[in-house]
Amino acid sequence: MGSTWFLPRDLHPAAWWVWALGLATAASRTTNPWLLGLIVAVASLVVIARRGEAPWALAFRLYLVLAGFIVTMRVLFRIIFGGAEGSTIILRLPEIPLPAWAAGIRLFGAVSAESVLGGFYDGLRLATMVVCLGAANALANPKRLLKAMPAALYEVGTAVTVALSVFPQLAESVLRVRRARKLRGGTGKGVRALRGIVIPILADALDRSLLLAASMDSRGYGRAGVATTRARAATGVLMIVGLLGVCVGVYATLDGSTPRYLATPVLVAGLVIAVLGFRAAGRRVHRTRYRPDRWLLAEIVVAASGVAVAVVMFGTSRVDPTNLNPSLITLSWPLLSWPPLIGVLIGVTPALLAPPPLELEKAPA
Amino acid sequence: MITLDHVSFWYRGAPRPVLSDVTLTIREGELVLLAGRTGSGKSTLLGTVNGLVPHFAGGHLAGTATVDGVSTRSRPPREFAHLVGMVGQDPLAGFVTDTVEDELAYGMEQLGVAPQVMRRRVEETLDLLGIAELRRRPLRTLSGGQQQRVAIGAVLTMHPKVLVLDEPTSALDPIAAEDVLATLARLVQDLGTTVLMAEHRLERVVPFADRFLYLPGDGSIVDGEPAGVLAGMPIAPPIVELGRVAGWSPLPLSVRDARRLAEPIRRDLAAGPAPRRPAPAGTEPATLTATGIVVRYGATVAVRGVDLDLRSGTVLAMMGRNGSGKSSLLWAVQGSGPRQGGTVRVDGVDPVDLPSARARRLVGMVPQSAGDLLYLESVAQECAAADRESDATPGTCRFLLDELAPGIDPDQHPRDLSEGQRLALVLAIQLTAAPPVLLLDEPTRGLDYNAKAALGRQIAYLTDQGRAVVVATHDVEFVATVADRVVVLAEGEVVSDGPTVDVLGGSPAFATQVAKIIGPDWLTVSEVAAALHQEVR
Repeated sequence: MGSTWFLPRDLHPAAWWVWALGLATAASRTTNPWLLGLIVAVASLVVIARRGEAPWALAFRLYLVLAGFIVTMRVLFRIIFGGAEGSTIILRLPEIPLPAWAAGIRLFGAVSAESVLGGFYDGLRLATMVVCLGAANALANPKRLLKAMPAALYEVGTAVTVALSVFPQLAESVLRVRRARKLRGGTGKGVRALRGIVIPILADALDRSLLLAASMDSRGYGRAGVATTRARAATGVLMIVGLLGVCVGVYATLDGSTPRYLATPVLVAGLVIAVLGFRAAGRRVHRTRYRPDRWLLAEIVVAASGVAVAVVMFGTSRVDPTNLNPSLITLSWPLLSWPPLIGVLIGVTPALLAPPPLELEKAPA
Repeated sequence: MITLDHVSFWYRGAPRPVLSDVTLTIREGELVLLAGRTGSGKSTLLGTVNGLVPHFAGGHLAGTATVDGVSTRSRPPREFAHLVGMVGQDPLAGFVTDTVEDELAYGMEQLGVAPQVMRRRVEETLDLLGIAELRRRPLRTLSGGQQQRVAIGAVLTMHPKVLVLDEPTSALDPIAAEDVLATLARLVQDLGTTVLMAEHRLERVVPFADRFLYLPGDGSIVDGEPAGVLAGMPIAPPIVELGRVAGWSPLPLSVRDARRLAEPIRRDLAAGPAPRRPAPAGTEPATLTATGIVVRYGATVAVRGVDLDLRSGTVLAMMGRNGSGKSSLLWAVQGSGPRQGGTVRVDGVDPVDLPSARARRLVGMVPQSAGDLLYLESVAQECAAADRESDATPGTCRFLLDELAPGIDPDQHPRDLSEGQRLALVLAIQLTAAPPVLLLDEPTRGLDYNAKAALGRQIAYLTDQGRAVVVATHDVEFVATVADRVVVLAEGEVVSDGPTVDVLGGSPAFATQVAKIIGPDWLTVSEVAAALHQEVR
């Protein structure tokens, strides 16, 4: 194992998603800026260490920019619309009087430190979660994620793959037809000009889709056995009920104020039902996967490190809630205690222990 | 392997059957070639083999088609995936996934082949087709020949007993086409796969074929040895026409056979004068002068400072492999495409400086996908629109269309026309603006011999009117019959430029079949025929 562990390969995309969602969950439980900053740092470090050269991997920067934008906007909004909750006024802006019907909305006026800080903490939490999702996007190949979908969702996956490859074709078609229109002197405006472009493109797209359908049909798409109506209905009900359960369970788990019996029990029950549904739907499919992503020890390590971050954060929130959500009433420097700090640091494991990604194959110029 | 028993097929609403009472048996390991005009039922016949006809196409099928003992009537095409591999004309349109490896595996995934077997077959197929180095490349970045080989590989991984190909080389340049055909020949030799292939460019495929099916277009079928069937066919590759002129029997099918038979003719012709050709272009001023044309897309240079003169009443053929810059150059000269450097002069103006409605009166162009220019419901409407666009007297376009391709029903939908007719319609639309220069980008693509001959006549009609014509094409035989001058492009530069006979005769890559058999001075069958005829007198 030791010698093959670090050979470059693409990790199972689900492992990265579990890891990132773990970090995001942890972020959702705290407003402590030190911890949130640390989570962003951990996510960025892992992305830099283990991302490939594909276009989606390079989009991580955009997520960082988006995160910065979120924080700025939150703070700005607090300044513009009523930032006077709290006693420490740091800025006195002239208040703009609004007509009576806009009661309850205040423009500018006194700005308190508590209010700005609250906006900052809140924005930072959201921004951190966005950065975590961005990290998952940068690390997991979205196409491989489609391939890793359960057999029951195979048709959906195929549709998405086809759609993804059709878009560039459509764009090409638009360019080609617009250029061809010029050859007929067609620079006209209005419906006529639009028609001269839309009709050839649609005709082209239809031709292509017919060819594609014929090709898929003669290559065996949809060969898998056909289920009875009743079996299909049962599968559908199982999946929908299961997914509803999962939604309710996740919400309850994340929101500390909902009754506990809605949290873990509903989540687990929902998961079980959904898995049963997928199993039932997948059983009638006689298909195989070419080079499926395997779930090896490295995947377990990566996923587990993300889960561990979330678990530690949940554990410490029971023991020591004050440091996780610094008080906004009595202003002081937020403190950092050891347990959550170490918890978040577990999330950095993939930067060291995940195998490096494969080099991207480049087309010769 | 494949049996058709009294098969007839009607498309919905069609008065006559496309296939009528076809009975034939194809044995295992045969390479069967299918030829006939566009619309003669080639694709329909191919479709009956795996049930796409009638399950997918719709219509009425009488009689039975069986593959490996299974009737196509009872099951949809997908149930034949493991028996019949279908490869279409446009490989890109049939791709489901986006990388080479995934595409090769797609069919096997549907069949439920075990992962280990899949892995092994993908590796074997990559090697068999010589595309191992492309395994992780996105399909869209491949060249046409590579794409076609991937498409063939994608069905081969399912280990079909029958391979059905519908004009697999129609979109490829000569070298890429050779590659694909050589691959197919190897499959037949090594694996014993039964291959059924429709093809327009017979000259390249005939030597490989065991058997030849000719569809005259009336629903019947002529079946037999290639030489026998070709002898009675109105359409034939040059080598066969030469054989007919020289009275050889049996007809030779490969250049090698023909060269042996042609020895006396070669001697006779060498003794006589070389064929007469029109005098090289005079010193009259060029209709169009282009200097230093540069076209680049980002870092890629498509055209690298090309100079071009076009003289009225002459045909310039532009050749070169796919991606050598032919299309980019034509678009840049016309003025609608990008151009980063250089000037074009027609009548003292540069078309790029004019609005497109005026530019097309100087330089007309028919793009590669000519259908992009058509958007109305009938031929008559298109013609009327063309007259309006060009401020021409009503009826001009229709008159030109009748000159080029007489007898097209004005109420027909442009998309229902044959390739050749559609090309004629677009040509007429562009001619309505009366440009002195006309550029044709790959007009021979998808045309059968008759349509090509018609296009040749249309080009002659244009030059008689004193227009300068440029034809970008891969078709050497076509160039030999129509062009006065040939320019060969490679990597955006002109690598040779001269009279047709010098460029085509002198190079093994571009030589016509006749040049290969008789000698570099002789390009077409009609030249040889004329010389022989004189001698007899």
